[in-house]
Amino acid sequence: MAQHDGDKATAAGSELEAVSPRTVSTGTAVATTGGAFENPGMPPHSPRATDLDPRKDKTAERRVGLLFLFSIVGSVFAIVAYIIFPIVPGDLSSVRVNNMLLGVGISVALLAIGLGAIYWAKNLMKDGEWEEHRHPTRGSEDTRAAAVEVFTLGNEESGFGRRSLIRNSLIGALVVSPLPAVVMFRDLAPAADPVALLKETLWEKDVRLMRDPANTPVKASEVTLGSVFQIIPENLAGREDFLEQKAKAAVLLMRLKPEDLHVSPERADWNYQGIVAYSKICTHVGCPVALAEQHTHHLLCPCHQSQFDISHEAKVIFGPAKRPLPQLPITVDAQGYLVARSGFHEPVGPSFWERS
Amino acid sequence: MRTHTSTDARGRQTGRRHPLASIALITIGLLSTGGAYALMTTTASAETSVATQQSVNEGQKIFAANCATCHGMTASGTKDGPSLYGVGAASVDFQMGTGRMPLAYQGPQGAQKPLQFTQEQIDDVAAYIASLAPGPAVPDEKYLAGDADVALGGQLFRTNCAMCHNVAGAGGALTEGKFAPSLKGVEARHIYEAMVTGPQNMPVFSDSNLSPQDKADIISFLKFQNQHASPGGVDLGGLGPVSEGLFIWIFGLGAIVGVTIWITARPN
Repeated sequence: MAQHDGDKATAAGSELEAVSPRTVSTGTAVATTGGAFENPGMPPHSPRATDLDPRKDKTAERRVGLLFLFSIVGSVFAIVAYIIFPIVPGDLSSVRVNNMLLGVGISVALLAIGLGAIYWAKNLMKDGEWEEHRHPTRGSEDTRAAAVEVFTLGNEESGFGRRSLIRNSLIGALVVSPLPAVVMFRDLAPAADPVALLKETLWEKDVRLMRDPANTPVKASEVTLGSVFQIIPENLAGREDFLEQKAKAAVLLMRLKPEDLHVSPERADWNYQGIVAYSKICTHVGCPVALAEQHTHHLLCPCHQSQFDISHEAKVIFGPAKRPLPQLPITVDAQGYLVARSGFHEPVGPSFWERS
Repeated sequence: MRTHTSTDARGRQTGRRHPLASIALITIGLLSTGGAYALMTTTASAETSVATQQSVNEGQKIFAANCATCHGMTASGTKDGPSLYGVGAASVDFQMGTGRMPLAYQGPQGAQKPLQFTQEQIDDVAAYIASLAPGPAVPDEKYLAGDADVALGGQLFRTNCAMCHNVAGAGGALTEGKFAPSLKGVEARHIYEAMVTGPQNMPVFSDSNLSPQDKADIISFLKFQNQHASPGGVDLGGLGPVSEGLFIWIFGLGAIVGVTIWITARPN
């Protein structure tokens, strides 16, 4: 097998040899068979000013030295600034001054070394052009034959091809060995069914609507016209997965004049005297939609400019979102506080595969 | 028609009350009872106004000359401008005190302009409007000092304000030409009044949503931000990834291209 491949490669290689004589740089060995294009060779060497004029050579040398000295100054400056302008606990502006001066010092130190080295190389180090030929990718015939011999010998001595029991059991062992890792990584996924987690929030019947972040209940009478309240569920406080749950359950509470609301018959009792609650999580990719305009009743998502019309049950009027924001049915409890009538009737936030 | 928001019920005890205040209060009380009472959703305190009748009269003249074209001679609104019943002195002080009113032209949003009136004239118009129907009063100085809880204010700001006004208070775009203005350098009084009255398309943050103390916390946070430079160095306007990205693309990449050209150029 290897022998056969080798033959073919040799044939192809020899063809390359034929079209690309060694006298020409292999880097330009493309379509030279016509002979229409000749290798122009190196451009004529022109000496630098520092090569011709010893005074300029000396100046350049001083400049390089100066840059390196400048680097030392930068390093010392960084140390001194760090000591003179320390970080005072509790004072943020001291952090700023300290960081900035330290950064300037270190930047100057490193940049001056780099610039000095380049200036040195460009103006003072030996200046001459020469070419380095690329090695052909293909090895020599001897190397290739030797490699094949080593493999053949190894196969004969170990009996890898002959002893099929050993060979097949080894392959089996290698295939099975990564499986523990697969099982382990599978366990990094949520223990509960992620689809169920995506479909439910903390909202359920009689959960009070609380102000975020004060966590105080909201009376219906407190929600004046044109107001926007940032709402979290009552049962969120103290939970270990506070942020995960808040990310799904965040709600925006608004009051519109009842005549401005266009309510569909099946949602007739979802608002309370013009007070409506909608999920704050955009149905596009889940940004918080909270840019509320008082007079147009539009909600704008800052990420991709989806717009939702609250007066028409948060239907999408612009942008990439495809579904309206889910509405949270609300009512008031005996004390006049706003509570959820039920949970959301659909999953909040962006689409997922099993959403249906 | 808008329902106005609640006012500062605790009022002012700072001894700034004018000798004629009691007379004015009785007058205003008589004028505003009746129909105006029905507009109320929360208690409006009698301290809504400390204006004198003279100030009200003066304000009415300024109003008739400058505002009545759109808001109507009785401030009841026309098709070009809303009714001003119940908007309160706070609304007048905000709209005129930031130069938004009188409006230069009808557009998506009233722009800030150089002030058209002296503070005294604005106070007169505010007194006149407040005398028509009770509404939010100009806030008490004690909430504007900026010495309240900065950390809590930051939390409240990020929850209630940051989505439109930007986390750093740098402002941001809304829909169809509207925008939330930058809060840098805005007077504490105007910030408070904006929260209470909900100017333009800003929602109302009444005292039942953010208590006066909450508002004081937010003002303290904004003052703290104004007074303390960004700890991270130059904030490039605090606009977020757009301005930062633009800066690094132009100046960062520009510097890299320049250095690369210098490295590869032949010395003469």
